[in-house]
Amino acid sequence: MPLDRKIAYIDLTTGDIQTKVIPLEVRKKFLGGRGLDAYLLYNHTKKGVDPIGPDNALMVSGGILTATCASATARTHVMAKSPLTGLLGSANMGGFFAPELAWAGFHHLVIKGKAKHPVYLYIHNGKIEIRDARPLWGLTVTETQWAIRDDLGDQEVKSMVCGPAGENLVRFANVMTGIKNSGGRTGMGCVMGSKNLKAIAARGTMDIKIAHPREALEFNKRFIDQIVSAKVNQTQGTLGTPFIWGATNSWGGIRCRNFQYNQCEYADDIEPERIDEIAEETMGPYHMTGCFGCQVHCRAQFKIPDGPYAGCYDEGPEYTSQGAFGGEPDTPRATTVLTANYLVDQFGIDNLEVGSIISWAMELYELGILTQKETDGLDLRFGNDEALLEMIERICYRKGWLADTLADGGIAASEKIGKNSFDYLIQVKGMNNLHSDERATPALALNIATASRGSDHLRSRPAIDLYHLPEEVLRKIYGSPVPYDGPLSSEHTAYEGKPWQVYWQENCFMGVDCLGICKYHTTFLGATLPNFEDWSKVLYYNTGLEMSPKEIWDVAVRCNMIERLFLLREGLTREDLKKGDMLNHRYFDEPCRRGAPDVVGRVIDREKFRKMIDEFYEHKGLDENGVPKPETLKALGLDKEPSHLL
Amino acid sequence: MGPNGNGKVLYINYEKCTGCRLCELVCAVLHDGMSNPDRSRIKVMKWEAEGLYIPMSCQQCEDAPCMNVCPVKAIYRDHDINRVMVDYDKCIGCRSCVTVCPFGAMSFNAIDGRVFKCDVCDGDPQCVRFCEEKAVDYVDASEVAILKKRDAAKRISLAGKEAAALTAQL
Repeated sequence: MPLDRKIAYIDLTTGDIQTKVIPLEVRKKFLGGRGLDAYLLYNHTKKGVDPIGPDNALMVSGGILTATCASATARTHVMAKSPLTGLLGSANMGGFFAPELAWAGFHHLVIKGKAKHPVYLYIHNGKIEIRDARPLWGLTVTETQWAIRDDLGDQEVKSMVCGPAGENLVRFANVMTGIKNSGGRTGMGCVMGSKNLKAIAARGTMDIKIAHPREALEFNKRFIDQIVSAKVNQTQGTLGTPFIWGATNSWGGIRCRNFQYNQCEYADDIEPERIDEIAEETMGPYHMTGCFGCQVHCRAQFKIPDGPYAGCYDEGPEYTSQGAFGGEPDTPRATTVLTANYLVDQFGIDNLEVGSIISWAMELYELGILTQKETDGLDLRFGNDEALLEMIERICYRKGWLADTLADGGIAASEKIGKNSFDYLIQVKGMNNLHSDERATPALALNIATASRGSDHLRSRPAIDLYHLPEEVLRKIYGSPVPYDGPLSSEHTAYEGKPWQVYWQENCFMGVDCLGICKYHTTFLGATLPNFEDWSKVLYYNTGLEMSPKEIWDVAVRCNMIERLFLLREGLTREDLKKGDMLNHRYFDEPCRRGAPDVVGRVIDREKFRKMIDEFYEHKGLDENGVPKPETLKALGLDKEPSHLL
Repeated sequence: MGPNGNGKVLYINYEKCTGCRLCELVCAVLHDGMSNPDRSRIKVMKWEAEGLYIPMSCQQCEDAPCMNVCPVKAIYRDHDINRVMVDYDKCIGCRSCVTVCPFGAMSFNAIDGRVFKCDVCDGDPQCVRFCEEKAVDYVDASEVAILKKRDAAKRISLAGKEAAALTAQL
């Protein structure tokens, strides 16, 4: 049964390893994946814990449906206190690692302490071994994985690893698995590096009994039919996520030159069709690939067409790389984007953060806040492809004053650089925003301001807000599984009803993260995709666990509240520019300069934004300071946290 | 083999495989009620560093080495569905068939202690049903070569056009 997958507690300082079955009462409260990780984080760390000290706890998990006969249950979740933000660290990635971990007997790992020298964990059919990783230290992401396979003599082993960036304690280093699957936000690779933990390798052949196999199979088929019939997923399956960047750029919803423009001109060379062309030229007509059990196959295989890394194989690029290495630094050239994508995949560093922070430094350079003295002679102007690629490598290895400074993250860097550098940093809660510009879309602005792990699109983004869906369609989506009859607006520039959409989406995404399913298989980019009603069935057929759509919603609300409790414990206050639910002043003060007529001139209205936050807090059961009301905690069964159930 | 499609075979076009391994999952769930790729009759072999994925399964050989080597004649051909089957009443679990299969398509399940192979799900192979890309397809044995000829011909034609375009550019 999926429900008999265990949790393991691993202390790298002492070498002590304990395993436990996850009690059913805990499953019913938190399901698994990110939700249960949040509970574990709150329970296994103390207030003010040093993110790169031995007492920080690193959680690694699959969802409750991982490796079952539910569609696309490939996601691995990783959580710890973030070395980038000092708040919630959380990263989620696809690939094949979490299912392998489940077949090896485990759904959750809690890793504490610090090993005396580099080690890796080998998890195989219920057993966990701590192995010497000294020969692996310094290897890139893929080199590490292939070396582990050779070390274990098993080519089927799947590993999640940190690259050189994690070893060098770059505060936004990734955990990685496969060629490009990245647990890529909030610096979880840095936490691995701080623990001398180079990798976790898994290999399993243990049965996961499906509660109702025939029904699970048939339901999975229906699920897949529903998913692949959505136009958005058909496009994902041919062009990958780059199509999103192409569409939003033409409309004027992406960042260019850090935050100076909201559209990147002359971007033909990185349009999705061009990227697709390169993939086809280098890898043939069938160049799309995907994660475990997924029929969307949203990423391309490609080889870098020219330049110093010509011929190197990689996967992607995601739209985030187009944004981070094409739009933001204004270097819209395919070779640059693909090369940068390859470098970050090999170094194990967050493409969003590194691209954004370099673009910020470029703006500071053009403003004269940074000079060639700080850049060690590098001409760090916008549009300089070579400077961009050079900076990525320097940051990964902390080479030179500026790179070493930037490797500590935006806020720390702004404090070191001084002057008014912080004013130009596009971040929330210490994490830089992705490549998108939310000034014309209040719902999306609210989403990034309130996302639990910092400025981010994968925690609560109501992306379908851009589709101008008829109100009755919105009512159908946002009025279930809990009734809602307040305002809703089909207009993306409106402020009305958006707090509920963001609140609903926050719970939808938490639900999917607890189950272990990919967000492309739920209401994110497609309005017709499965959510709570379908999850209730898929959960029952696969695990035998009977939970209504409303009960799954309640779990999601509870888990989001645990994350909130953690944020508050670690210092969140509502309008704190560095730790709060607040946007940089530029969103309010600098109008959009480019794009469609309904975008040009837009800013976020400060007063209306404040009202949206008020309303959002109300939906969540928080007071006006963003702190949960006692009755909210009581209703969610969280009034006695930490409760140490697990 | 009759005219009703019972001469069908699995036709694997590995170029189309995205490497998702859903085929492995549904195979194990249908046959054993378990999620466990180790129980799957079809396995995707991968070279991730090159982006190469190749699904491997039983070819239902006409002159099947597994059938020939079996010391107790437990392996037989089921002509109705054009497949090679294991009679578990006769099988002694010696694994000779695993040893001789040139494709590695006969597997041994250590949990249940017995060999197992593809039975094309009694004529409705689930790997095919779930593979949207049709990297695994189920077609008449005689059709496979025609399909391959068509693909190859298209490639030759495209190569010709590209060469012509190249000449024109020069």
